Amino acid sequence: MREVAIVGVSMIKFGRYPDRDVADLAAQAGYQALSDAGATMKDVEALYSGNLYSTSGSGQRILQHLGQTGIPVVNVANACATGSTAFREAFFAIASGAYDAVMAVGSEQMGKQGLLGSRGDPATSLEGRVGSYMMPAVFGMAGMEHMRAHGTQQEHFALASVKNHFHSTANPLAQYQKESPLDEVMNSRPIAYPNTLLMCCPTGDGAAAAVLMSMEKARQYTTKPIKVAASVLTSDPFTPRDLTLPDVNTLTRNAAAIAYKQAGIEPKDLDMVELHDCFATAELLHYENLGLCATGDAGKFVASGAPWIGNKIPTRYQEDVAPFADKTYAPPTHTVVNASGGLLSKGHPLGATGVANIAEIVFHLRGQAGDRQVQGAKVGMAHVIGLGSACTLHVLTA
Amino acid sequence: MADANAQAEPQIRPIVPFLRLGNSRDEDYLFGSKCKNCGATYVGSRRYCGACSSEGPFEEKRLSKDGEVYVWSIIHQATPYVKAPYAVGIIDLPDGVSVNSNIEVEPAPENLKFGMKVKMYTEKVSEDREGNSYIGYRFRPA
Repeated sequence: MREVAIVGVSMIKFGRYPDRDVADLAAQAGYQALSDAGATMKDVEALYSGNLYSTSGSGQRILQHLGQTGIPVVNVANACATGSTAFREAFFAIASGAYDAVMAVGSEQMGKQGLLGSRGDPATSLEGRVGSYMMPAVFGMAGMEHMRAHGTQQEHFALASVKNHFHSTANPLAQYQKESPLDEVMNSRPIAYPNTLLMCCPTGDGAAAAVLMSMEKARQYTTKPIKVAASVLTSDPFTPRDLTLPDVNTLTRNAAAIAYKQAGIEPKDLDMVELHDCFATAELLHYENLGLCATGDAGKFVASGAPWIGNKIPTRYQEDVAPFADKTYAPPTHTVVNASGGLLSKGHPLGATGVANIAEIVFHLRGQAGDRQVQGAKVGMAHVIGLGSACTLHVLTA
Repeated sequence: MADANAQAEPQIRPIVPFLRLGNSRDEDYLFGSKCKNCGATYVGSRRYCGACSSEGPFEEKRLSKDGEVYVWSIIHQATPYVKAPYAVGIIDLPDGVSVNSNIEVEPAPENLKFGMKVKMYTEKVSEDREGNSYIGYRFRPA
């Protein structure tokens, strides 16, 4: 296996594009990533396209816009980890020596349908008749499991929303760029206890792309290649309740152990993480799953200021956070989490998310993240989890 | 000779394959299967074991009607045909399996507790266009 570098990335602003089709959005991201790399379609030897809703032929339709060069196209679907799995396939294509330059594109067009639309014959649907199986219920109950085990309060989860919405105000690519103080998060419409509306990510449309090359070739294009130091994919191992309440924790913990070993780093070495905060509850679980804090300390960790840009609570939120902070707590890492605003603000067009997270890390490692720049960022991690279940982790280094 | 135009008699059907219907709703029960190789227990029937990768064999078990609430939530944003809010939870059964279920209480946090004892019952939860009824399971405070 040889070293793989990211040479170009892009992400279009996530949002709603009712007047454009998804291949058009994806092609725009692809074109921008090529421009960022200083490359053209003629340099691309294979395309890996992540899209969940229009899996078959999604990549070929991108090439109808960007250039039908006849290269191999692989279309990937892997729940919310669709884009990052496409990226990982691209990574392997270079690492194995099969190709020197490839592109990964993640895209999705969800419109306003969200995940609550009913499918099939409603008379035989279980949803709401014998339990709830939709994402809000799953991640609500995953948060309740943390409350049960560690006494975490609803406000601790809500603080992840306060933080990520605050971060989003400096990200022009985020679907929403609006701050939300704690009382606003707590008093927004309840969705599935303990998550309120402002603790759930929005659905929408978007696309992101990355151009990957062998390190040797990358140096011909850039003086700042970003190294892919670890690429990991896990599925959910057997745990007793997993088939009833999807276990989002164990496969992330397993992936983290492999990723840290592959990259030769420890959690404290991470300057930043973009993690899968599809719901505010999920963010706290993953602090612990990724080893950013000890098991049970996620509430204290978010209230300590450590995962906020600048590693401290901004002055105007100190009053909000104080009642939920433990002044004696010393956070074991100072890793900024979701500097982009996270899925909670940036949006979560399923297939685009995994590539967009990687693009965000690249922006910071190159020092191009503007007002949300994590100062001096050298090592970052992108985490995605898709239910059913798939977890990807990528460690990137400057 | 059968009349081709005769309407089929509407049926009463379980909404999940792991619910067995009796002659009355009191006789309904959930069933599971236990892997004799590793002891892992599942709701419903299994051909292979996801825990130990063996083909069992599996022993069918009639699951207890008594359970405990492991975790719960209150669903406010529901699919269009369901009235919200309502309470749901993951119910642990003494047989070593868990099921996802509605919990019949006033849907407010003060009415739900971790570890709360609940009991299973069944009732008609829906009807299709042909008039077939679907029986679902639910839990209420014991």
